[in-house]
Amino acid sequence: MSALLGPLIPVVVVLGLMLTMAAFLIWYERRLLALWQDRYGPNRVGPFGLLQIVADMIKIFFKEDWIPPFADRFVFVLAPMAIMIAVLMSFVVLPLSPDIVVVDSNIGLLFILAMSSMTVYASVLGGWASNNKYALLGGLRSAAQMVSYEVFMGISLMGVIVLTGSFRLIDIVEAQSGLWNCVPQFFGLLIFAVAGVAESKRIPFDMPEAEAELVAGYHTEYSGMKFGMFFVGEYLGVTLISALTVILYFGGWKGPWLPPIVWFFIKTFAVIAVFILLRASLPRPRFDQLMDYGWKVLLPFALLNVLVTGAVVLL
Amino acid sequence: MTSAPEVALEIVEQLRESSASVQSTIDEIPTIWVPLDRLATAADHLCRRATQPFSTLLDLTAIDERERIHREDQPAADFTLVYHLFSYERNQHLRLKVPLLGEYPSVPTTTGLWTAANWYEREVFDMFGITFDDHPELRRILMPPTWKGHPLRKEHPARATEIGLYEPTEADHDKEQEALRFNPEDWGMERQAENSDFLFLNLGPQHPGTHGVLRMALQLDGELIVDAIPDIGYHHRGAEKMAERQTWHTYIPYTDRIDYLSGVQNNFPYVLAVEKLAGIEVPDRAKTIRIMMAELFRIASHLVWYGTFAQDIGALSPVFFMFVDRERIFDIVEAICGGRMHPSWFRIGGVAHDLPHGWDRLMRSFLDYLPARLVEYDKVVMQNRIFRARTEGVGGYTRDQAIRWGITGPNLRACGVEWDFRRQQPYGGYEDFDFDVPTAREGDCYARALVRIEEIRQSLRIIRQCIDRMPEGPYKADHSLATPPPKAATMKDIETLIHHFVNVSWGPVIPHGEAFQGIEAPKGFTAYYLVSDGSTGSYRTRIRAPSFAHMQTVPWISRGVFVADLLAILGSIDFVLADVDR
Repeated sequence: MSALLGPLIPVVVVLGLMLTMAAFLIWYERRLLALWQDRYGPNRVGPFGLLQIVADMIKIFFKEDWIPPFADRFVFVLAPMAIMIAVLMSFVVLPLSPDIVVVDSNIGLLFILAMSSMTVYASVLGGWASNNKYALLGGLRSAAQMVSYEVFMGISLMGVIVLTGSFRLIDIVEAQSGLWNCVPQFFGLLIFAVAGVAESKRIPFDMPEAEAELVAGYHTEYSGMKFGMFFVGEYLGVTLISALTVILYFGGWKGPWLPPIVWFFIKTFAVIAVFILLRASLPRPRFDQLMDYGWKVLLPFALLNVLVTGAVVLL
Repeated sequence: MTSAPEVALEIVEQLRESSASVQSTIDEIPTIWVPLDRLATAADHLCRRATQPFSTLLDLTAIDERERIHREDQPAADFTLVYHLFSYERNQHLRLKVPLLGEYPSVPTTTGLWTAANWYEREVFDMFGITFDDHPELRRILMPPTWKGHPLRKEHPARATEIGLYEPTEADHDKEQEALRFNPEDWGMERQAENSDFLFLNLGPQHPGTHGVLRMALQLDGELIVDAIPDIGYHHRGAEKMAERQTWHTYIPYTDRIDYLSGVQNNFPYVLAVEKLAGIEVPDRAKTIRIMMAELFRIASHLVWYGTFAQDIGALSPVFFMFVDRERIFDIVEAICGGRMHPSWFRIGGVAHDLPHGWDRLMRSFLDYLPARLVEYDKVVMQNRIFRARTEGVGGYTRDQAIRWGITGPNLRACGVEWDFRRQQPYGGYEDFDFDVPTAREGDCYARALVRIEEIRQSLRIIRQCIDRMPEGPYKADHSLATPPPKAATMKDIETLIHHFVNVSWGPVIPHGEAFQGIEAPKGFTAYYLVSDGSTGSYRTRIRAPSFAHMQTVPWISRGVFVADLLAILGSIDFVLADVDR
């Protein structure tokens, strides 16, 4: 019995932690945004408004599950599932501490990259299946944006891998015992952070949604829990990118006095706060400017980073 | 400026028209009558050939003359077409009138001369049923396409109670529904080009980026805009028709709601025009109070624009900061006027009340508070590199285009025209105040933003001067037509009592005549053209709204840009849909 249950424990722990965290992020983001925008944010339900998420959840679960008659039903339902599955699958190989990891894979990082590429299907399929012009434009934008920024993201990670010599995330963290990667791989970190924001489709890279232009972009036609899944998927994506940043560049769970898991969450929430600060402070570039920036600035920069890192390691 | 009769005579002489005649009006604007068959030559002369031509058509409207009593020195007409022209070289207004006979007259179009005439002619057609021959697309502009009748004609009812119950049948529903069907051909759009099928995107009337009920039909090639055609009228409330059934006094609250972001700025041209007709001289204290409140509302309007413009570009936070500041303005407005957004504070002959105790303290604390915030906003918005990349070089036009298209206000100053009606044709006491007229050169979205932000600072300057030199004295003119009349003597003197009773219960009877008064409102040149027939209400009220002219230019500046740029353009020209549709 325990042989069967044993492997299930980390699965339940990770799944539970991540979903709670995604829900908690809604409150975290709204409170932080409010702080930076001179207002209160949700502060009525429960202590500090913490139970706001419960209220939101109840509301969103009981909303009418509406599929527009002109939509492609099958794909329309599939799209929000795609984002949840793809993002949650990434967490499978993500170590929260040396002991808490579902699958300690030696190609962990590659697996995460592969899974995060799958999330693009969610917005493209959602945009396509909605049979709505705004959604279609959002889907198109999202396809172009995510496919390009994946390239820079992958290349920017090469520096870390060259330094560590492994795709295994636990190895990468252990290799940072002396010095965190954010120092030797400073430029890699910058590129990864930019590409990461673009991957999670958040301001200033929220072109696929672009409220002022495309109403709500690829999920314009979604409501109820299907919209909720896009929403939670986005927050899970933010959590994933932040956790990955911590693991790759900020020494993962390493830190004095406190237990590893606590350090991991402290660091992750700090990175998420940066995400939210970006949202509070930056406007949105135009779509073509975004692509120009990616291919003309980030790509050469990322390649140069790999070149220099490689040269230093070899010499 | 030369006097009105001289200019009028000079123009008539230049026209070499024996049939042209001059009408004298109380507002000192030269007014020339030209018969219909000579309209084309006269318009061509004024627009192109005259020395220092009148190249701007500020307004074009009509008057239904069929029930008017006092038309002493005017040619016979059932309808009168009124072209309101302006020459920046002369700093001179000119009114060109054309008498029309018959129930549904037709007139040659002037769209070939003044580009801006396009929408104005459509509006006259929509409102009066006057047709314009050879107009490129003469269809209704404000009313729905299925509407019956033309609202500003005198026989058209003004209230729902004057017409029967509206009981649409199934067939009526189907007809209305069918009228909503989008047909690119009806809008003058092709479905295909050589290499691409176009995507038609319906933007609005409910859309987060259009600031109200504006609908735009976009013809897209990918995300590039091939053509963008605004569909307006969703915010039309018939403000001009309502003016014909309200009294002079009770119309003031309606003006507040024309450009609903700038409160008393709307009262300003209206009361000034009525005072011209009535011959009321406003006391100094009232003048200063008016200017102070008007400038306060200019800041409020610009702050809303600032925040929402930043939001259109995708910045979430600025709008919260600016609305907090605007709230402080409303706190002051509330302390002084009692109302907030729409205080309806100006009165014929002055303002509603004297200033309350401690008003100067409130004002001063705001004056000390805002400049530091503006510096901060410059860092957050104007100096942001993404913001600059989104707005610089986008949606630009030249000064010549701007003048031809009837663009006014900050949008005109953004392309290098140092023109401010507060400075060039001072009204209501502005001649006594020091302020700069900010300009920019590029004429793009960023330049328009720069001009408005500097205007906020200049308004603060003017308010400070108002506080420092607020004169003592009455806040309302001692004149029999000032409304409501001063009450002090009513209980002692029967003449005054009767006068008071009549003016309050019926409203003042304003002498017959015509007056036009424009002001430099936050959005541009706002003007009221009032025709009084010697009664308690206006015979015809025409509101020249800047947003209408600006909205017309949107297709011309947004061809060939991205959808995202269109939203930047819409944000930067600062319109209010209530001001477009009235």
